[in-house]
Amino acid sequence: MGPPELNQVPSRYETALRATGALALLLFATGCNRGVLNPIGPVAAQEKQILINSTAIMLAIIIPTMIATVAVAWWFRRSNSKASYRPDWEYSGAIEMVVWAIPALTIMLLGGIAWIGSHDLEPSKPLASKVAPLKVDVVSLDWKWLFIYPDQGVATVNQLVVPAGTPVSFRLTSATVWNSFFVPQMGTMIYTMPRMTTRLNLQADRPGTYNGLSSHFSGDGFPGMQFEVQALPPAQFATWAQGAHGQRTALDGRGFAELSKPSSYVRPMTYGAVAPGLFDAIVAGRAPQLHQPQAAPPARQASAVPPGG
Amino acid sequence: MFGRLTWDAVPFNQPIPLITSLVVILALGAVAIWVTRIRAWPYLWHEYITSTDHKRIGIMYIVLALVMLVRGFSDAIMMRAQQSLAIGASQGYLPPEHYDQIFSAHGTIMIFFVAMPFVIGFMNFVVPLQLGVRDVAFPTMNNVSFWLTASGVLLVNLSLFLGEFARTGWLGFPPLSEKAFSPGVGVDYYLVALQISGVGTVLTAVNFVTTILKTRAPGMSYLRMPVFCWTSLASNLLILAAFPVLTVTLALLMLDRYLGFHFFTNDGGGNSMLYMNLIWIWGHPEVYILILPAFGIYSEVVSTFSGKPLFGYRSMVFATLAICVLSFTVWLHHFFTMGAGADVNAVFGIASMLIGIPTGVKIYNWLFTMYGGRVRFNVPMYYAVGFMLTFVVGGLTGVLLAIPPVDFIVHNSLFLVAHFHQVIIGGVVFALMAGYTYWFPKAFGFTLDERLGKAVFWCWFIGFHLAFMPLYVLGFWGATRRMQHIPDPTWAPWLNIAFVGAAIIGLGIVLTVVQLLYSIRTRDRRRDITGDPWDGRTLEWLTLSPPPHYNFAVLPDVHGEEAYWTRKQTAIKEERLIDEPNYQPIEMPLNTPVGIICAFFASVCGFAVIWYIWWLAILGLIGAFAIFVWYAWRDEHEHIIPVEEVRANARERRRIRMEHLHELSQSV
Repeated sequence: MGPPELNQVPSRYETALRATGALALLLFATGCNRGVLNPIGPVAAQEKQILINSTAIMLAIIIPTMIATVAVAWWFRRSNSKASYRPDWEYSGAIEMVVWAIPALTIMLLGGIAWIGSHDLEPSKPLASKVAPLKVDVVSLDWKWLFIYPDQGVATVNQLVVPAGTPVSFRLTSATVWNSFFVPQMGTMIYTMPRMTTRLNLQADRPGTYNGLSSHFSGDGFPGMQFEVQALPPAQFATWAQGAHGQRTALDGRGFAELSKPSSYVRPMTYGAVAPGLFDAIVAGRAPQLHQPQAAPPARQASAVPPGG
Repeated sequence: MFGRLTWDAVPFNQPIPLITSLVVILALGAVAIWVTRIRAWPYLWHEYITSTDHKRIGIMYIVLALVMLVRGFSDAIMMRAQQSLAIGASQGYLPPEHYDQIFSAHGTIMIFFVAMPFVIGFMNFVVPLQLGVRDVAFPTMNNVSFWLTASGVLLVNLSLFLGEFARTGWLGFPPLSEKAFSPGVGVDYYLVALQISGVGTVLTAVNFVTTILKTRAPGMSYLRMPVFCWTSLASNLLILAAFPVLTVTLALLMLDRYLGFHFFTNDGGGNSMLYMNLIWIWGHPEVYILILPAFGIYSEVVSTFSGKPLFGYRSMVFATLAICVLSFTVWLHHFFTMGAGADVNAVFGIASMLIGIPTGVKIYNWLFTMYGGRVRFNVPMYYAVGFMLTFVVGGLTGVLLAIPPVDFIVHNSLFLVAHFHQVIIGGVVFALMAGYTYWFPKAFGFTLDERLGKAVFWCWFIGFHLAFMPLYVLGFWGATRRMQHIPDPTWAPWLNIAFVGAAIIGLGIVLTVVQLLYSIRTRDRRRDITGDPWDGRTLEWLTLSPPPHYNFAVLPDVHGEEAYWTRKQTAIKEERLIDEPNYQPIEMPLNTPVGIICAFFASVCGFAVIWYIWWLAILGLIGAFAIFVWYAWRDEHEHIIPVEEVRANARERRRIRMEHLHELSQSV
């Protein structure tokens, strides 16, 4: 009875180990090709690169440190009679020099990365491109996103349509509390703040449909503030814009007041016309609003189905 | 008459808060009945509630923190459950208006009413003992500080029974927290509770800065103070500088909410960016207020259990002070995504990274403290090594967040949530658990069970990693924080792993209670007779366990950096204690009910302000003021402990010490 069991113990462990390893690898593999790790434009790609470079630099320091911690703690355990005991060894100038130098040098290197990266990827800086940028004005509302295309004269709710390979120049504000505009696969997020304008420049090179969201908590309807980003080939974008123009719904003062009522999980919709200067009026606090305090739970759109449902 | 307070405030139609309320009321009632049955009220009143003894006050802080840990953890497990359930088509079991209160309460409670009182509890218990003195500089004020903190706790928990808690996150960002968007009492509960407990915290800092700077045993120069005292000093200096900022910030928001001012509103020229700056000018030093004393605890633990002095003591002191100063130069890294511009972001990013240098130095110095030591793996040492391994990863993710272009893609995400839990659990909580095990025998005269203690450690260690490593991954996937509903079903496996991790931490908390009860039952065979169970090096191990009210019969003379260790080694070598000193009667401060009465009126006033019951608010204010006037006119300040009693106790201690001198030398 004894020996076979003894044989089985390591193999069972091995199987478990292998299974765990395989699972970890699988999870790791599926984990690496999504969100900010799967960039579709230049901004996100550079940011991912900085993320990976910085992590690698730091891992080169902390992995040896972790190994040394375990090794030293284990070797100098009390029961190890081979380890030498130096009860009075409490200072070494040379070691102090090294332990200050290691983190200092690492931080100098990373500080350089941070300085250059901050300037290269400053959100308000226009992207270098031969193509003229598309202008989009973004307004966060309770709890949905309004995208105004000033040059096309159209607007959308919870759906951002952009031409692939074209820089997009955003102006952003909020008609309610703070939110943060974020399309993980396009890169940089930025706050939308009432009575203030922030600027952001992004670009999607790969056509497709991507997720966008608010990444700053804004009240009870916050989780329903997801939106969809469609990156279309430029020709298709022009067709879309023309089609949108044909929509009969117009975003005038009354339409905006209606839209500003709290609602969540709002389905994408399109306005064929937008009152000129609406964005500036919102920033100036002059836009008409039927603003309701968030006392009541958010009204869900009658037709809206929770995402995934 | 009762302002906004009506029967609607009681959550009759919401089963979860209603049932919780009933359970809490029943539990409190049961405890009260039990205390009455064993006739412990007089004991509690004289020995704890009205005590001015820093050790008793420290213990009360820690009990408060442990109770609130259970509350904060309940919030945590509810959030994890909701995020595991409310995926895709399902909305889970918590509606947004409830879920939003829970994450706000979780953050508020864990920081203000778990981590802070736990840390302050250790400072109270340990610092005067380590300095070799009899009490803090202002013992009565110390009692008042505690009860004001308890008043804040009371109000926050009252929001469960009456009304609601804030739905704005633990920092209450306007304009969401303004009256226009949060008209209910939730934000008022948050503001008033933090204002009252904030006063207590500032008074604590006044007390400890004075104690450390002004009352040390003879011969204990600054560079002979134990590192825990140094880190406590740094932490209290930070409190003194940072908490008034919090008080002012919250006061401005209260002016907005109560009197229609426009500091942070959308209209009337208000600017909510101002609040973001102000709150983080307090908020970033706050995390160092917590982590610095934690570093101090690790320093004591690593040195004691390695049987060596702390490596690079002066370097450690310098690193502590460097962190203390730098922590005020980094607040803007909490909002790189506000669009302040490349120069501003880069400067604050680099300033934030600089803190990584002294912190890294500390890690290496602990490593070299173990090097050449004889490391005993008692429970506190498990936490210390676990911390070193966990914290460096938290440091890595922290430096990543300090790089603006990286922050641009992971700000506010679950990556951030994982990062700060990694440094707060892996840094602060591990230290608190280590300190709890390490100083428990000093406080109660018997040790905690080692086996259960190690089980608790593994629960925290494994549970933490399972609960938060998945959040790093989800953060990369674009998962943001504070989501009552999860849009993407593919996140489910990771969220479920996180739930399991949280449940394992929960098991650890249960086992902590089991460990305590088991250790109390078996206390007779785990007595700490010598007062020095771990072969300690600092002065708290010189006195008996538990120490007499006055700590030391005669204030110890300090020679060298390790006051007690030096003395112990001399005694062992010469096989005799130092000559018996000339004992004197000792003056000690009297007990005082002023703390609890003041906190009672502060709570009444706070409650009245929350519910707009103005007459009651005025009554509360008058009451709180009157108790101070009464106290100021007191005739007696102190009582005298007769020299006979001091001498008898001291001789008994010397006899025990002499008997066990041999054992003390063997424990290494």
